[in-house]
Amino acid sequence: MAETESKSIQVKEKAEVTTPAEQTRPGLVFTPAVDIFETEKEITLLADMPGVKSKDLNIDLRENVLTLDGDAKLPEGAGEVDVIREYRTGKYYRQFTLSQVIDQAKIDAELKDGVLRLRLPKVEAATPRKIVIKS
Amino acid sequence: MLLRRMTGLPTWDWTSPSEQMERLRRQMELLSGGPTGGRIWSTPTAGVFPLMNVTEDKDNYYVRAELPGLKADDLELSVTGDTVSIAGERKIPAEDEKAQYHRRERDAGRFSRIVTLPAQMNTAKVGASCTDGVLKVTLPKAEEAKPRQIAVKAS
Repeated sequence: MAETESKSIQVKEKAEVTTPAEQTRPGLVFTPAVDIFETEKEITLLADMPGVKSKDLNIDLRENVLTLDGDAKLPEGAGEVDVIREYRTGKYYRQFTLSQVIDQAKIDAELKDGVLRLRLPKVEAATPRKIVIKS
Repeated sequence: MLLRRMTGLPTWDWTSPSEQMERLRRQMELLSGGPTGGRIWSTPTAGVFPLMNVTEDKDNYYVRAELPGLKADDLELSVTGDTVSIAGERKIPAEDEKAQYHRRERDAGRFSRIVTLPAQMNTAKVGASCTDGVLKVTLPKAEEAKPRQIAVKAS
């Protein structure tokens, strides 16, 4: 059912991680908003990480734990002074435990306009197969 | 002025001594920096998407907003004397219809916001760029708004 008029987007303050493991460098750590959905073949994760470049993003998957670790560098130049500050910049960190077994060789990650699209194909054995009963 | 209030003469109010101690402790915490490290992080935001930061240096104002998933073409940006107006729509593309969602935390929708700067801008020379989901608008200050050194003559 298509909406004829799109609604206004609500503001959502960035959620700061309350008890992170201690960082070696001081700074804020935020939890990125994610959408996770699953089809028969793969799990897709979409994360909002504005200000993070590909080289500053680490994605790690070991023992069924997926870790997203992105560093958004401070965009302000050296001589700039705050006039209004409504949001802060810091790292993005989130971990997920995957219930499915993932084919690590076929993981696909794309970071565009601050949105990470992570495709995790399931291992072949996990894709449901219809069993045909011959009569 | 906080200091003056603290060291002023005690008033004849009926609050208990423990409540006065609590008030004193809070005022001391505000002065000394407290757990937030000296910055009182309670600046009220407009509560409107997108949240924006405005910074300035000698020659320019910079307005930044975090707009993940938005490209330069999706934004309408306009400036007048001392206001910057940003409008657009964030769309989240529909996925496979057979997809089952486990989590849905990202928002989509229209947004429109105006922010007023403390001084006038040179609207002809405004520049903007949108990379990695962060919009940066560079607004050169109008000549009258730039600080000018005034030489003091010794007479």
